[in-house]
Amino acid sequence: MERIKEIRTRVELKEHGLENVHSTDFPGSYDGYDDTWSQEKFEKNFKVEIGRLTADELEFDMIGIDAAIANAFRRILLAEVPTMAIEKVHIYNNTSIIQDEVLAHRLGLIPIKADPRMFEYKQDAEAEPTDTDTIQFELKVKCTRNTHVKDATDPDDLYKNHKVMTSHMKWIPIGNQAQIFKEGEIRPVIDDILIAKLRPGQELDLKLFCVKGIGQDHAKFSPVATASYRLLPEITLLKPVTGKLAHKLKNCFTPGVIEIDNVNGESKARVAHPRKDTCSREVFRHDDLKDLVKLTRVRDHFIFSVESTGILPPEVLVSQAIQVLIAKVREVKRELDVYK
Amino acid sequence: MSSRPNYSNNKGNEADDIDPSKRKITVMPTEGGKEDETCKTFVFNKEDHTLGNSLRYVIMKNPDTQFCGYSIPHPSEDKINFRIQTYGKPAKDVLDKGLNDLNSICSHVLRTFETSVNDHKRRNQSTDVEMRENSVG
Repeated sequence: MERIKEIRTRVELKEHGLENVHSTDFPGSYDGYDDTWSQEKFEKNFKVEIGRLTADELEFDMIGIDAAIANAFRRILLAEVPTMAIEKVHIYNNTSIIQDEVLAHRLGLIPIKADPRMFEYKQDAEAEPTDTDTIQFELKVKCTRNTHVKDATDPDDLYKNHKVMTSHMKWIPIGNQAQIFKEGEIRPVIDDILIAKLRPGQELDLKLFCVKGIGQDHAKFSPVATASYRLLPEITLLKPVTGKLAHKLKNCFTPGVIEIDNVNGESKARVAHPRKDTCSREVFRHDDLKDLVKLTRVRDHFIFSVESTGILPPEVLVSQAIQVLIAKVREVKRELDVYK
Repeated sequence: MSSRPNYSNNKGNEADDIDPSKRKITVMPTEGGKEDETCKTFVFNKEDHTLGNSLRYVIMKNPDTQFCGYSIPHPSEDKINFRIQTYGKPAKDVLDKGLNDLNSICSHVLRTFETSVNDHKRRNQSTDVEMRENSVG
């Protein structure tokens, strides 16, 4: 019975591979277990614990949910939460050495600080931009020689405007956008991204058009730098590990995972912070250690890590991702009801 | 929420009612023309593992389900084939229950997540205040 419980709830890390990787908790799989879906049971066990929350990073634990659903949230974060990004570039003049198409591609990847919830998808790519679906920027930079300095070798001293940065991008409100958004509400997230380098006489004269889109269409629309999860590691010492072996064991893991206690003048290993472990399975390379420990991961304990590009706060992104899945379910349900 | 434009298909959606490839769901015709309500393959257009796998999990949790699985028939076709076989109930009802269950799961996750975030923010605010007070005191 203990073994069955373990198969159901733990992924086992063995010397040459993983065991019990897949969820098996379905009705009819196990005698004596009721695996029928129960919202009540789910709500009793489900927990979210926030670990670290900063302006653009979030680490939290989602406990008591299956990988199928946790993975849906992760996938949506990467590819289906919308943002605004530069989609069209009108090039009036480009005498720099960077080609038009390369420049346009670089511009596309710049994160644009603008709340995508305030905009709508552009339904027809060819249509005239409107204030509800497009943000316009102007990028007009000309490089000149700095006449005041003599004998300088540093380009920063020799030339003016030789580095085209995101701070050169100027927001041009369309329609009544100037009334809806305050100055500084719509801008590149980071001001010092280098777009191109110029030399005296070279210039850029561009108009940039941002639209709403999702990462599935192009990675530039992805709202996250990374969004990932890992399962909580668990380390069990099968026998007491003491003396020299305890120190050897400690060195097999990430620092802090195993601590050494002093029990009656003898060192004894203790699992202190399994969460820190990278699950390298180094222990299994040592014949004197490999039968003393068991490495597992908790199947329904997800440690999420979400790193925003800065367009939206990470906690808003996760909320949005959950809402996207809800919207998907409702869309299918609406269609199904039509069939009935 | 406005819908995403469809770049891959051609323009105009006046044919929505006629063309099955533009519908969200269609049912695959059964072989030999014999209708069996308990075994059905649904085609979800413009869906992938995100909805496919989470819905598969929830439907497999239903004791009326004999089999549930999905496939992406071709990577360049934006659709999934979603198969349900039941012990007797109509497959459509099982799919409907699955959608309802998944909807309640997501709602609860959203509620719990937002509560946790708010608690965390409030807690951190109060510790900030305490620290400031302590440093002053």
